[in-house]
Amino acid sequence: MIAFVIRRLIQSVLVMIVVAFVAFSLFTYVGDPISIMLGQDYTEADRARIAAELGLDRPFFVQFARFVANAVQGEFGLSYRLARPVDELIAERLPATLELSLVAAIFALVVGVPMGVYTGLNRDSWLSRVFMTVSLIGVSLPTFLIGILLIFVFAVHLGWLPSFGRGEVVHIGWWSTGLLTVSGLKALILPAITLGLFQMTLIMRLVRSEMLEVLRTDYIKFARARGLTNRAIHFGHALKNTLVPVITITGLQLGSIIAFSIITETVFQWPGMGLLFIQSVNFADIPVMAAYLCLIAFFFVVINLIVDLLYYVVDPRLRADRGVAGGHTG
Amino acid sequence: MARPPANHPLLEVRDLRVEFPTRRGTLVAVDGVSFHIDPGEVLGVVGESGAGKSLTGAAIIGLLEPPGRIAGGEIRFDGRRIDNLPYEQMRRLRGKEIGAVFQDPLTSLNPLYTIGRQLTETILTHLDVTPAEARERAIRLLQDVGIPGAERRIDHYPHQFSGGMRQRVVIALALCANPRLVIADEPTTALDVSIQAQIITLLKRLCREHGTAVMLVTHDMGVIAETADRVAVMYAGRIAEIGPVRDVIKTPKHPYTIGLMGSIPKIDRREARLAQIDGAMPRLNAIPPGCAFHPRCPKAFDRCRVERPDPIHVDRSHVACWLYDRDDVRVGAVVDE
Repeated sequence: MIAFVIRRLIQSVLVMIVVAFVAFSLFTYVGDPISIMLGQDYTEADRARIAAELGLDRPFFVQFARFVANAVQGEFGLSYRLARPVDELIAERLPATLELSLVAAIFALVVGVPMGVYTGLNRDSWLSRVFMTVSLIGVSLPTFLIGILLIFVFAVHLGWLPSFGRGEVVHIGWWSTGLLTVSGLKALILPAITLGLFQMTLIMRLVRSEMLEVLRTDYIKFARARGLTNRAIHFGHALKNTLVPVITITGLQLGSIIAFSIITETVFQWPGMGLLFIQSVNFADIPVMAAYLCLIAFFFVVINLIVDLLYYVVDPRLRADRGVAGGHTG
Repeated sequence: MARPPANHPLLEVRDLRVEFPTRRGTLVAVDGVSFHIDPGEVLGVVGESGAGKSLTGAAIIGLLEPPGRIAGGEIRFDGRRIDNLPYEQMRRLRGKEIGAVFQDPLTSLNPLYTIGRQLTETILTHLDVTPAEARERAIRLLQDVGIPGAERRIDHYPHQFSGGMRQRVVIALALCANPRLVIADEPTTALDVSIQAQIITLLKRLCREHGTAVMLVTHDMGVIAETADRVAVMYAGRIAEIGPVRDVIKTPKHPYTIGLMGSIPKIDRREARLAQIDGAMPRLNAIPPGCAFHPRCPKAFDRCRVERPDPIHVDRSHVACWLYDRDDVRVGAVVDE
C-alpha cells in the first residue's frame, strides 16, 4: 500500500515535470518575451542587457530549472497584460472556479447516481424512459447553448436568477466565497447546472449500465436466493459493485469540470480562472497561460491520485495482502 | 433428524410448465413436470444441458429470469402453494425455508464483502438474533463446513479462499437459517475432481444432520448414485423416468435412461469405445411431436411418433414411455397397433 502510494507519487511528479516543460516551452516558442517588453524600437545592446538581466541568455535547461523552482513556490512571474504577479491573479480567481466546479460536481453526483440507480432497476418504467431521453439531450447539447437557454428562461424570461457574475462574496482570509450570501447562492445555480449537466447525464448513464451489468451477476442471483431484501441487494450489494467505474469517471470528470469551466465562465461572465485564461489567450499573456496549464495539470494529478486511493477503499481485492490471506486462489 | 410426521410431502411439484415468450413464439422449457420430495430426502435430478433441470430448480425458488415464467401447474411447499406467492412473501421463504447452492462458487459470493458479513446479513435477515449471536452462529457454520481457523477466516474476503473453500462458504450460506430444503444446482461442476467428492460428502452429511431435504441437480451420475435416495431423469423439459436410485441405475426402464447408463464407462470392463446415444437432444423450438426422445430411440414405434407419453407406474418407478403401456400395466390398453 505504502509502496503503491510512493510509486504513484513519483509518477505524479514526472507528469508534473512534463507539463511544466510544455508550459515553459510556451515562453520560448510562442512569441518572444524580450521583444514584447521592449516594444518596437530597441538596439541589440538593449536586447542583450535585458536578456542577461532576466537570465534569458543562460542555457535552456538552466532556465527550465529556474522556472520549475519558481513554479514549485507558486511563482509564475508577471502577467504581460495586467503587470501583476500571476500567483496573485490566480489566487484571486481560484475560489470562484473551485466553488463553481465543486457545486457542479456535487449536483452531478447527487442527481446522477440516484437517477442511474432508478433507471437501472426500473428499466422499462415510463419515468426511466423520460430520464433516458432527457439525458440524451444533456449529453448532446453543447454547454454554451444550455447556458444561454437557462439564462433566457430563468434570468431573462422569469427573472428568478441573475444571468451573470458571482453575486455578493464574503472574504475569509484570501478565499472569497459566494456560498454564504443569498445573492451568491442564487448566482451559483445556473452556472453550476450548466457545468454539471453533462457530467450528470454521463454519471447517470454509467451507473445505469453498471447496475444492469451487476444485477445479472451470480452473486446478485445468490443474494436473492438467500432471501435478502431488495434494499440490501440493490443498495448494499449491487450499487457498491458499480462504484469503481463510477469513481473513475467522476474523478476524471471533476478534473474536466475545473479545466473546462472556461465555456461556462465565459457564458455567465463568472470571475474565475477560466475567464482569466480566455482573456490571457486573447492577449498572448504567456505567464498566465503557463501557470493555468500547470495548475490544471496539478488538479488532474491530485484527483487521479485520490481516485486510485479510493479504489483501495472500495475493492478489497486490490488490498490483497497475500501473506496474511494464507489461502490460495484459483 | 427432525422429520415431522407429515401426511404430505415437503415439496410437491405438479404439472409444472415453464415458458419463455420470444419474438418467434413461445418456447416451452419445462413441460408437465411432476415430482415430490419428502422431508430429509435427497432427490437427484439428471439430464443433459438444456433438459430443464436448473429451470425447474429456479422455478421452485421463484427466481426464474425474465422473460421466463411459470405458465402452468403448481408448486407446494409443506402443503402451501408457493408458485403464486407475492415477491415479498417468497423472499421470506428463500434462504429461510429453501436454501440454494449454485454452480460456480467463484462468482456466487460478492467480492466486496467479507464472508462473515455475507453470512451475518443472511442470518439477521431470517432469524431473530443479535448481531453478536449472528456472528457466533456464522463462525460455528464455517467450522461445520470444514473451514480451518473459522474465527480468523470469517473476516476474509472471497478472493482469499480457494474454489473448494468458497463452495463450502456457499453451502454455509445456504444452510445458515436451517432451511428444510436445499436446491443444489450443479454444486460441484466448477470444481476440481478431487474436491467434488469432498463437497458432495459435506453436503450429504450436513443435510442428514439437519434433516434437510435436497434437490440435487447435476449431470454426474456418479454423484447421484452416491448421494440420492431417488432420482429423476429429465429429457427435453420432461421427466423421462423417476424412481429409487438403485432401480434407476441397476434396472433402467426408459430407453433414454438405459442409454445414459450405458454411456458411463465401467472401470472393470475393457471397451473398445464409449457407448453413446446417437443424435442430440432437440432444441426447445424443435421438440418433435409424440415422445421427444423418439428420433433417437432404438425401440421407437408408431405410437411414440404421434402421442406423448405421460409417466406411468412401472415397478417402483414412474416411466414416461409407451413400451410399458401394456396390458400388464394398464388393463385394456391397445398394444402395438
